[in-house]
Amino acid sequence: MIRVILIDDEPLARMVIREYLADFPQVEVLQECNDGFEGVKAIHQHQPDLIFLDIQMPKINGFEMLELIDQPPAVIFTTAFDEFAIRAFETHAVDYLLKPFNKERFGKALQKWIDQQKAGGKNESTNEVLEEAALTPSQKERVVIKNAGKIKIIPVQDIIWLEAADDYVKLHTREGAFLKNKTMGYFEKSLSPDQFVRTHRSNMVQVKEITRLEPYEKETWLAILRSGEKVPVSKTGYTKLKSVLGL
Amino acid sequence: MSVSKFWTVFSACWVIAVTLQAKVVYGFGFSFQTALIDSLISVGTLSLLCLFLCGSLAYYLPEKSKYIYLVVWSVVLALLWTLYLKWGLPKPSTDVPGYVDFVERSLIVRFCIGLLATGSVALASLLWYSLQEQKEVEKRRTESEQMTREAELYKLRQQLQPHFLFNSLNSINALIGSRPDQARHMVQQLSDFLRSVLKKEESQWVSLGEELQSLQLYLDIEKVRFGHRLDATIDCDEATASMKIPAMVLQPLVENAIKFGLYDTTEAIQIPIRAYVDKGLLMVTVQNPFDPITHSPKSGTGFGLSSVRRRLYLLFARNDLLETTAGEQIFTATVKIPQPA
Repeated sequence: MIRVILIDDEPLARMVIREYLADFPQVEVLQECNDGFEGVKAIHQHQPDLIFLDIQMPKINGFEMLELIDQPPAVIFTTAFDEFAIRAFETHAVDYLLKPFNKERFGKALQKWIDQQKAGGKNESTNEVLEEAALTPSQKERVVIKNAGKIKIIPVQDIIWLEAADDYVKLHTREGAFLKNKTMGYFEKSLSPDQFVRTHRSNMVQVKEITRLEPYEKETWLAILRSGEKVPVSKTGYTKLKSVLGL
Repeated sequence: MSVSKFWTVFSACWVIAVTLQAKVVYGFGFSFQTALIDSLISVGTLSLLCLFLCGSLAYYLPEKSKYIYLVVWSVVLALLWTLYLKWGLPKPSTDVPGYVDFVERSLIVRFCIGLLATGSVALASLLWYSLQEQKEVEKRRTESEQMTREAELYKLRQQLQPHFLFNSLNSINALIGSRPDQARHMVQQLSDFLRSVLKKEESQWVSLGEELQSLQLYLDIEKVRFGHRLDATIDCDEATASMKIPAMVLQPLVENAIKFGLYDTTEAIQIPIRAYVDKGLLMVTVQNPFDPITHSPKSGTGFGLSSVRRRLYLLFARNDLLETTAGEQIFTATVKIPQPA
């Protein structure tokens, strides 16, 4: 039995997938979800083999939803029109369905996945797609995190500074610090370099939060933030800061 | 023809004319000096008149039906020039015996030469300036055509809204299997909507009723897509019945409201659209809920809104015709449309 979940905010879009799935008796639809929040819950609850996922959805989009899941299941993306998403899929050869799609095309995508499973293939490419999708304009504006079981959307301008913490990155905001399971390198790529500067191997700072720079030890500095926090700045970080500030 | 080229040709003509006339006068038995002075004075003044004529035509070019003015103008100048030669010649040359008499007798010939010169200069200027003007018009036309084309392309891209179009087709695809009647109905609505969009031209004024009708089609399609989540109502005062609005001003506002309303919350949303009259202006408000935490109100000045503001500015040269306010959780956009006289 292949256990699947359908996640799409348009009921008719889910209906058509259900209809096509009638020809695949080995597939069982565990649940239909209206948005990413329901999706996260349902995936944690059912641990499906495969999900059909729309990109443009209310509040959090399909990519952001996947970021919230520790071990995302296999995904077949469905989307009507999204240049960036399509570019991400094409670069990483993930299967995706462009709406409207017919039964043959749908069957092919599903069969391809089934064959991959038989061959013992894994879904490595999902993470790569997420990396790529992080560079799309909408993804650069906010970060979606899970905090004490709740999903929180943080607009990037609310992030004061970022700090590396083992496998996570700690996002410091006025409301406190939140963990995101990404690397500093990821944020360095996705955040606007004019707004955030990698001031140190293990931190990044939003430029407009800096009130002044103080010399610390030999060739290192301390950035004093508006919040009163002090963040170490390395020599390379200092050079970067100077060029962003136009000094 | 460039300015320097013009002066070269003009000077060359001038030198030839002076030489020729001096030679003719000399042939009548006057001294070389007298001949040269005569030639310099008459050709010199004539060329000044020609320059004046040429320059004046730069400021006033008669219309096609009034070319007679040009003839009159040439005759008058030639006549003035002849009269100057008769009475206005400077002192030393008039002392040469027989010279005044010679000038008197040659006046008719001189008038003819003068008329020939002014006439041909007038004609040449006319041709040149008309050509110039035509080139200018041509240039403006290509420029404006290009702008129109760009605007058209932009408009098409804007209006076709690929995301809306493909999702609607997907909904139809879904309905075909289980509810074919409803699928047919939606195909009809989508066609009617697309037709109404294609029919409209940017500059065109349409009646409010017509605009609201195509808006209703759009909303009906969106309601099929989003089901119970979307509740949009159109409400207009009776006084607005006869009012007009530039085409495609409301559409982007409603799209914006739906986009923010539907994608910023997960609940069912209401989009009330209301039209009324205030101080002779047609007022239309569009409201949508938004999430103040994830979207600061200033992001409400999105692309759709700025393009509407730009259009209103181009149409009415006013910047205050689109107002947006963000309440606690409701975003309101209000357009004011001055009515055409």
